[in-house]
Amino acid sequence: MTKRLKTPLSENDVRSLNVGEAIYLDGVVYTGRDEVHIHALEYLEKGKNIPVDFKGAALFHCGPIMRKVGEEWEVVAAGPTTSSRMNSLEPQFIEKFRPGAIIGKGGMSQPTIDAMKQYGCVYLAITGGAAVLAAKGLKSVSGVEWYELGMPEAVWILNAENFGPLTVGIDTHGKSLFADVSDKVKENEPAVRERLGLKK
Amino acid sequence: MVAEADIQSAVVELLRRTVVKLPSDVEEALERALDAEVDETPTMQLKAIMENIKLAGEGNTPMCQDTGVTIFYVTLPKNCEIDVERGIIDGVRRATSEVPLRPNAVHPITRKNPGDNVGDGMPYINWKVGSNDFIEITVMTKGAGSENMSQMAMLTPSQGVKGIKEFILSTVVRAGGNPCPPMVLGVGIGGSSDICMKLAKQALLRPLNERHKDPEIAGLETELLEALNMLGIGPMGLGGKTTAIGLNIEYAYCHTASLPVAVNVQCWAARRGTMRIHPDGRSEFLTPEE
Ligand code: SF4
Repeated sequence: MTKRLKTPLSENDVRSLNVGEAIYLDGVVYTGRDEVHIHALEYLEKGKNIPVDFKGAALFHCGPIMRKVGEEWEVVAAGPTTSSRMNSLEPQFIEKFRPGAIIGKGGMSQPTIDAMKQYGCVYLAITGGAAVLAAKGLKSVSGVEWYELGMPEAVWILNAENFGPLTVGIDTHGKSLFADVSDKVKENEPAVRERLGLKK
Repeated sequence: MVAEADIQSAVVELLRRTVVKLPSDVEEALERALDAEVDETPTMQLKAIMENIKLAGEGNTPMCQDTGVTIFYVTLPKNCEIDVERGIIDGVRRATSEVPLRPNAVHPITRKNPGDNVGDGMPYINWKVGSNDFIEITVMTKGAGSENMSQMAMLTPSQGVKGIKEFILSTVVRAGGNPCPPMVLGVGIGGSSDICMKLAKQALLRPLNERHKDPEIAGLETELLEALNMLGIGPMGLGGKTTAIGLNIEYAYCHTASLPVAVNVQCWAARRGTMRIHPDGRSEFLTPEE
């Protein structure tokens, strides 16, 4: 079953999702990597104005390649970056800004899983490196904030249409597909070791 | 006569081809991986990858937004008088704006980004002098997601092959879904600490369907690949049958008292490109194939 959802996501939408489900997104998607997390949290602490509203938003761990055609920006390639790099910042980011979905690759650690459960946010896995396919679902660019952080680190405001496929990797019930897989890998390891002639 | 400008333009074209299209051995391995999957999630991941490869080719756009850092391997003819290094550096600069490539190269401490993928030591060029009359240039555009999962260890000789297998296994388990699996593993054994790392990366330059010429090493490659695919990490670490589509080993003799081993982790977007520039200025693009 494939679901189509629109951003900003309602808490209801978010809490109805379960790991393994495939979904497609419509609406605004923001990009943000390490620097955006650091910046946003710093701005909040200092009481400075944050140019975008992350409430219910889809935050995409992505450092895209963008191209300016005349006055307009265009997405050239926009695949996900490794989400675990944001592990130490995400729980606080979720608590303070209440995004509805984090899109990325590789999954995130327990504190983020806990924050997602508590505040109502899901992790959506998008195929890593499939940047052209992802760009196809990001139809236009509404703007860019914090461009001084550099092209890959800035907040790009993108308009998604049928953006996906995305797989629910972490849901609001504390389940993580990545944790399931790593449990399975642990189960499989003894057989792998035996095959390689290694001690169990 | 080859001029520096020819090198520059050829490097731009080589980079364009490299980031847009995969070598045929990699694409075939991915197709086989797709055929092998039965579950919905891994099938969806591999389908997305294949669809992405198709779209990148049609649109002549980079297949992944991380166009990496540029690592070159150059074989010069004897008595080469042109400034190939200049040609490569200027080629990278031009390719960054023309292809475009993502400006990835930054100062390691200040993190300042010059915006053109050029800085001290980057592009990195490995030099060799050969006996042909052409210049051969190979480039690997290496993404960070996979590179960050790479590891090396100084084992003791008594740890032997078992130690090497243990190390490769733990590197792959630790990498999990991070390096955009199905991954390719380049393994370097022997030499010294720096040499085994170089060998590991060089191993990634060999087509996936070509085994090492030493039958014992070839056997080890096959055994490791089969075993690692029993782990179940699967495409994007979401579970599945194919965790790695290739594993190549290169070795060098080492000190009797040491056993260095390195694993360079590569992603499904295992991009590499090779061209030759002939004495008449003609450039011939070998990999990725037309
Ligand atoms: S690991 Fe490879 S496929 Fe994944 S984002 Fe990086 S360069 Fe692209």
